[in-house]
Amino acid sequence: MTNEFEQGGTLSVDERAKDSTVVFGFWMYLMTDLVLFASLFAVFAVLRGPEFGGGSIQDIFSLPYVLLETIALLTSSFTCGLALLSAREGSVRGTILWLSTTLVLGAVFVGMEVSEFSRLIAQGFGPSQNGFLSSYFTLVGTHGTHVAIGLLWMLALIVAIARKGLSRGNMRKLALFSLFWHFLDIVWIFIFTIVYLTGGSL
Amino acid sequence: MNWQQLIFGRLTWSVFPQNAIAWGGALFMILCGIAILAFITYHKKWKWLWDEWFTSLDPKKIGVMYIAVAFVMLVRGGADALLLRTQQATSVGDSFGILSATHFQEIFSAHGSIMIFFVAMGLMFGLINLVVPLQIGSRDVAFPFLNSVSFWLFCGGALLINCSLLLGDFSTAGWLAYPPLSELVYSPTTGVDYWIWSLQIGGLGSLLSGVNFFATIVKMRAKGMTWMRLPMFTWSVLGAMTLVIFAFPILTVTLTLLYFDRTLAMHFFTAGQGGNMMMYVNLIWAWGHPEVYILVLPAFGVFSEVVPVFCGKKLVGYTSMVWAIWAIVVLSFIVWLHHFFTMGAGADVNAFFGIMTAVIAVPTGVKIFNWLFTMYRGKIRFTSPMLWFMGFVVLFTLGGVAGVIMAEPPADYELHNSLFLVAHFHTMIVSGVLFGYFAGYTYWFPKIFGFKLDEKWGVRAFWFWFIGFILAFGPLYILGLEGATRRLDHYSASLGWQPLFIVAGIGAGLIAIGFCCQVAQLVRSIRLRHENRDITGDPWGGRTLEWSIPSPAPSYNFAALPVVHALDQFWAQKQSGIHHEARYEDFSMPKNTGIGVIIAAFVFLLGFGAVWHLWWLVVIGLIGAIISLLVRTFDEDTEYTVTASEIVHVEAGLRHKNTATI
Repeated sequence: MTNEFEQGGTLSVDERAKDSTVVFGFWMYLMTDLVLFASLFAVFAVLRGPEFGGGSIQDIFSLPYVLLETIALLTSSFTCGLALLSAREGSVRGTILWLSTTLVLGAVFVGMEVSEFSRLIAQGFGPSQNGFLSSYFTLVGTHGTHVAIGLLWMLALIVAIARKGLSRGNMRKLALFSLFWHFLDIVWIFIFTIVYLTGGSL
Repeated sequence: MNWQQLIFGRLTWSVFPQNAIAWGGALFMILCGIAILAFITYHKKWKWLWDEWFTSLDPKKIGVMYIAVAFVMLVRGGADALLLRTQQATSVGDSFGILSATHFQEIFSAHGSIMIFFVAMGLMFGLINLVVPLQIGSRDVAFPFLNSVSFWLFCGGALLINCSLLLGDFSTAGWLAYPPLSELVYSPTTGVDYWIWSLQIGGLGSLLSGVNFFATIVKMRAKGMTWMRLPMFTWSVLGAMTLVIFAFPILTVTLTLLYFDRTLAMHFFTAGQGGNMMMYVNLIWAWGHPEVYILVLPAFGVFSEVVPVFCGKKLVGYTSMVWAIWAIVVLSFIVWLHHFFTMGAGADVNAFFGIMTAVIAVPTGVKIFNWLFTMYRGKIRFTSPMLWFMGFVVLFTLGGVAGVIMAEPPADYELHNSLFLVAHFHTMIVSGVLFGYFAGYTYWFPKIFGFKLDEKWGVRAFWFWFIGFILAFGPLYILGLEGATRRLDHYSASLGWQPLFIVAGIGAGLIAIGFCCQVAQLVRSIRLRHENRDITGDPWGGRTLEWSIPSPAPSYNFAALPVVHALDQFWAQKQSGIHHEARYEDFSMPKNTGIGVIIAAFVFLLGFGAVWHLWWLVVIGLIGAIISLLVRTFDEDTEYTVTASEIVHVEAGLRHKNTATI
C-alpha cells in the first residue's frame, strides 16, 4: 500500500519507513473497527426475529430503497478510487472534483439512512420497541455514524488539499481516507446481505 | 423534558454523599487533591509540569506518569479493600459492621473496576512505555501523539470514576455489571453510568495504545532484530497487544449497548422485549478473559528478563517461551465460557470450555518450568526483583492449580461465586500481575531515573506483601469451600467464619504496610539518589539493548541506532568486547504538544455529561474533541531536528557527569 503516496522515488528511506508505519497502524485500527462490527453483527444475529410487537425485516423495509442506498455508497467508493488516481497523477483539480463527488454520494447515503430511520420510528418501529430493532438500529446506525465521520474527514481533506495542494502529508491522509472509505463499503456489503437480504428469515 | 432537566440533567442537591464514611472518602480525596495542587503552586512547578511532563511525547515520561497515576489509584482501590475486609471481619450476627449493604456493594464494585482498569492496566502500559522502545532499539513509538492521547484518556477515566465519590453514587452491580441488575429498572441512579463511562474512556485509551505498540514492535525494531532476536518482554507485549486489538472493541460495544439500554430504553440485555441478558455475559467475558492475559503476559515478560539477568544465565527455552505466549494468546479466546458454566449451556459446551481451560495451563506451565530451569545452576542474586519472582512462582502455581480445579464444570457448580473463586483470581492477579510489575518497576527504575531503588525497603515491602497475601487469601480458599459466597456483607455467627475473616483482615493490613514500605522505599531512594547513582548504565549486568545506553536514558534513547546481530545483543557485545565507534547522524523527534491533554479533557466532559444526562455538555465535549483533533491534523510543524553535533555534545556531557560522580 505504501506506493500509493510515494512520488517518483524522491522520498528518503526514513520518510518511506514512516509512511509504511502509518499505513500499517491504520490497518491495525481498521482491524479493531472490524472486531467492533463483528460484535454488533453477532448481537444482531442473536436478537433478530419478529417477536415482541415488531414486524419482520420484509414487513418493514423496502428493498429497492436500500438498493438505492447501496448503489450510492458503492459508487462513492468508485469515485474515491478516481480521486486517488487523480492525486497520483498530480491533478489538484481532479482530486478535489472526485472527492467532492464522493462527498455528495456519501451525503446522499447518510441522508437516505436518516430518513429511513425516522420513517421507521414514526411507524412505531423505533429502537426501543424490541431487541431485534435495538440491534438493527445500532448496527446500521454505527455504520452510518462511521460514514458521517468519513464525510467530515473528507471535508477537512478537501480544505487541506485546496490550501496546500498534494503535499506529502496530504497524500498520506488521502491514502488513509481511501482505506477507511473502502472499509466502510465492505462492512455495508455485509450489512446489506445479512440484515436486509437474509433479514429475519434465517 | 423541562428546562431544568435540560440544564442540570440528573443533577440535584441530593447527589452529595449521604453518610459519614462516604463523606469521609469524598473529603479525603478533595483534601488530597487540594494539597497536591497547593504543593505544586507553592513550588511554582506548574509551568515545569506542563512543559516537561504533561505535554511530553517521550514514551519514558508518559510511562512514568502512567505508573504514578496507577500508584495513586492503588491507594484508592486498596482503601476500598481495607473497608471490605473490615466489614467482613466485623459484620457478623447482631453486629452489622461499618458499612451499609448498598455502600458495601458500591465499594466492591469500585475496588474491582479500579484495580483492573486503573492500577493493573496503568502499571502495564507504564512499563511498556518505558521499556519497549528501548528494548527494540528505537527512539520512539510508532505514533507519539496518539500515545499522549491514550495516556490522558486513561487519566480521564480515572478522574471520572473518582468523581462518583463526591457526586452521586457508584455502581452496585459488581466489577462487570451484569444485567438485569445493571439495567435501569434495578439500578436507576448514575452509578452504573459512571462505571460505563469511566471504563469506556479508559478502555478507548487502552485500545489506541494496543494499536500503537503493536505497530511499534512490528515496524520500529532496530536493524537486524529479527523476530527470534526479540527480547522476551517485547514478545510478551506483542502478544498482549494482539489481545488488546481483538478484545477491547468487544468491551466498547458491550458498554455502549448497556448504555443504550439504560438511556434510550433499548432492549439488548433487558429481561423483556426480546433482550438477552446472557448475551451480555458472553460479550463481557469474550473481552474479560483475554483481558486477564493482557495483564499477565507482560508480567511474564518482566520475569523472563529478570530471571536470566539475576541468575547470570541465558533464558532456558527461548523458542518454547515464544510459542507458549502465542498458544496463550490463541487459547485465551476460547475459554471465556468457564466464567459461567452455570449458565446451563449443556454438557458438551461446558466440556469443551472446561478442557480448553485446563489446556491453557500447559503453556503457562512451560513458562514456569523454563524460569525454574534458568535458575538451576545459575549464580542467583537474591535482589528484590528476584524475590518478587520467587513469591510469584509459589503463589501463582497454587492459584493456577485452584484454577484447574474450577475448570472442571462439576466442581465449578459448587465453587462458582464463592470466596474460593475470589481467592483464586486474586492469587493470579496479585502474584501474577502486581508482583511482576513491581519486579519490573524495581528492575527498570535506574534506567529511567539514573539511580537504584533502595534495596532494604524493597525487601521489606516484598515480605509484607507476600506474607500479607497468604494471610489475606489463604482463609478465603477455606471459607469458599465452606460455602461462603462472594460479596457477602453480613453472615450468621453460627457459621463460625469470623476468625478466618479476621485473619484475612489482618493479612490485608499487612499488605497495606507492604505498600507503605514501597512509599518509604521511593522517598528514601530519592533522598539517597547520589549514593545509589547508576554510573555505568548497566547496573544489573543486563542482556538487552536498554542497558547499552547511559542512565537516565536520554530523551532520544539511542545516540546512534543499534544494529543487532544476536539474541541478547548487549550481552553478546559485552562478551565479544568489540566496541564500535558510533557514527552520529541527524534525526527528527516529535515536538511536545498539549493537544493530547485537551482532547482527553473534552472526552472527560463528554463522559461526565453522558453520566448526568447533561446533553449540552456531551455536545461541547464531542465538538471540542473533534476540533482539537483537526487542529492537530492541520499542524505540519510537529517535529524538530536533532543534529549530529548536538548529540556529540550531549553524549559527552552524560559521560562527564557520570565520571564526575565517581
